[in-house]
Amino acid sequence: MSGVRIPPVLRTATGGQKQIEVDGSTVGELIDGLVAAYPALAGQLLASSGDLNPFVNVFLNETDIRHLDERATAVQPSDTLIILPAMAGGSRPQADG
Amino acid sequence: MTSETIAPPATEVTTDDRPRLSHETTRGLRCRNCGREEALGPSYVCPACFGPLEVTYDYEAIRARISPDTITARPPGIWRYLELLPVEAPPPRGLAVGSSPLLPGARIGRELGLEHLWLKDDTRNPTLSFKDRVVAVATARALTFGFDTLACASTGNLAGATAAAAAAVGLRAFVFVPADLEPAKVSHALAYGATVVRIDGTYDELNRLCLEVADEENWAFVNVNLRPFYAEGSKTLGLEIAEQLGWRLPDVVVVPVASGALLTKVAKAFEELALVGLIEPRPVRFVGAQAAGCSPVATAFARGSDEIAPVRNPDTIVKSLAIGSPADGRYALDIARRTGGSVEAVEDATTAGWIRRLAATEGIFTETAGGVTLGAVDAARRRGIIGPDDEVVALLTGNGLKTPDARLFGLDANGSSAAQTGLTPPIRPSLDAFEEWLSSGAWSREPVGGLA
Repeated sequence: MSGVRIPPVLRTATGGQKQIEVDGSTVGELIDGLVAAYPALAGQLLASSGDLNPFVNVFLNETDIRHLDERATAVQPSDTLIILPAMAGGSRPQADG
Repeated sequence: MTSETIAPPATEVTTDDRPRLSHETTRGLRCRNCGREEALGPSYVCPACFGPLEVTYDYEAIRARISPDTITARPPGIWRYLELLPVEAPPPRGLAVGSSPLLPGARIGRELGLEHLWLKDDTRNPTLSFKDRVVAVATARALTFGFDTLACASTGNLAGATAAAAAAVGLRAFVFVPADLEPAKVSHALAYGATVVRIDGTYDELNRLCLEVADEENWAFVNVNLRPFYAEGSKTLGLEIAEQLGWRLPDVVVVPVASGALLTKVAKAFEELALVGLIEPRPVRFVGAQAAGCSPVATAFARGSDEIAPVRNPDTIVKSLAIGSPADGRYALDIARRTGGSVEAVEDATTAGWIRRLAATEGIFTETAGGVTLGAVDAARRRGIIGPDDEVVALLTGNGLKTPDARLFGLDANGSSAAQTGLTPPIRPSLDAFEEWLSSGAWSREPVGGLA
């Protein structure tokens, strides 16, 4: 299990929890596991294509996953995944243009 | 408008000469992605889609209440545009921000092949950069929201601006900066009594940290939880440019791009001025300026891509623009493309050369971002984005005293003569010794800063 840190704007969907333990060996599996446990997060975290919402940034410990292997990045149980708003832009093209 | 009032004046000049709104012209916050409306508050993220929030206004009400005459009659400073800012009134105490001069850049313009170049000289705000504008607006809101601590994630200029603004209104300040920040900027923030939190990492890493800290501490992070208000302060540069040109717009504006917010907000200012009837709308090309060593937006522009690939390790002397993952990069890129402008990447040696040329031809010593901006004017001019007859406004957003050694980048200052650097060796304090040195001819007849 790895920890996923939840920002305040998403805590309504997680019953107020700030950190959630999720099973998975990659970043993608952790995100999918999180959304499976808390389906209300899907609309906020994922675009209609299933990719990450362009306004979401994900960090593995202190590193932006865009500098790693994105969703395919391997995760250890001691790792923490941090979800944060991409402030105003983010870097991924919006799925719906 | 409330029912008990009948068409009061939009503003009234108080005994301390500060304009005040008789009515709130700010409507609320709206998600730039999905359009969801939110109440005014210290929030910056849409709870529905994670998109960024921005301030909305009642433009019809503003249109009915302001005119060029009402604004012209007000005291100098950013608060003369109060209706287009998300505050009800300026704070009772604060710094004198804005109304920086728009200067004709005839001599530097000739070097750039431009007949009509204007220099928006924002090097002379209270803490010597345009960041005083955004911080003033955020601080006004921080006081309204009841915060006791001001904070920021800074590439340097914002640290000093936040520290000074906090001191002026009596708030505590924590400013987060990269540990390798220029010493002058660290000293500047310390001088105002701020706690300078040095982070051993890039701006993007400390920005990520500040997002987390903002969630845990009840602090007013001017560029995090107050970002929708903070960013609106950048509009005042655009508002001033239009007013100083006689309530009209130029052909081209050249803007340094770090987060990209400044470029987007100058564009928003021009749109709003037309919406409220203060100017006639006309197309303006926007040219963005980035340092080649950290140019994610310029790279996306050059590739024709919508995707802004983050730069993990910026490598440039232009630390004030060294944001590898620019928050508003997507919007700045879109505006540059949509308006027929461009986003240019400028090498550090070129930046240093333009810092020297500007100082030697116009008497303005700009921080590194200003050198990048002039380098971008040159690049866009050479590529035909800017024509020789275009009226161009270049934004000089920070003072060279913040980065005093940057102008020497690419020069061998120690190995060069006074003819190249302007600096003589030590001379004995006697007239004979001076005359002897002068007759040696080891000095330049032209302003030495102009030498590349």
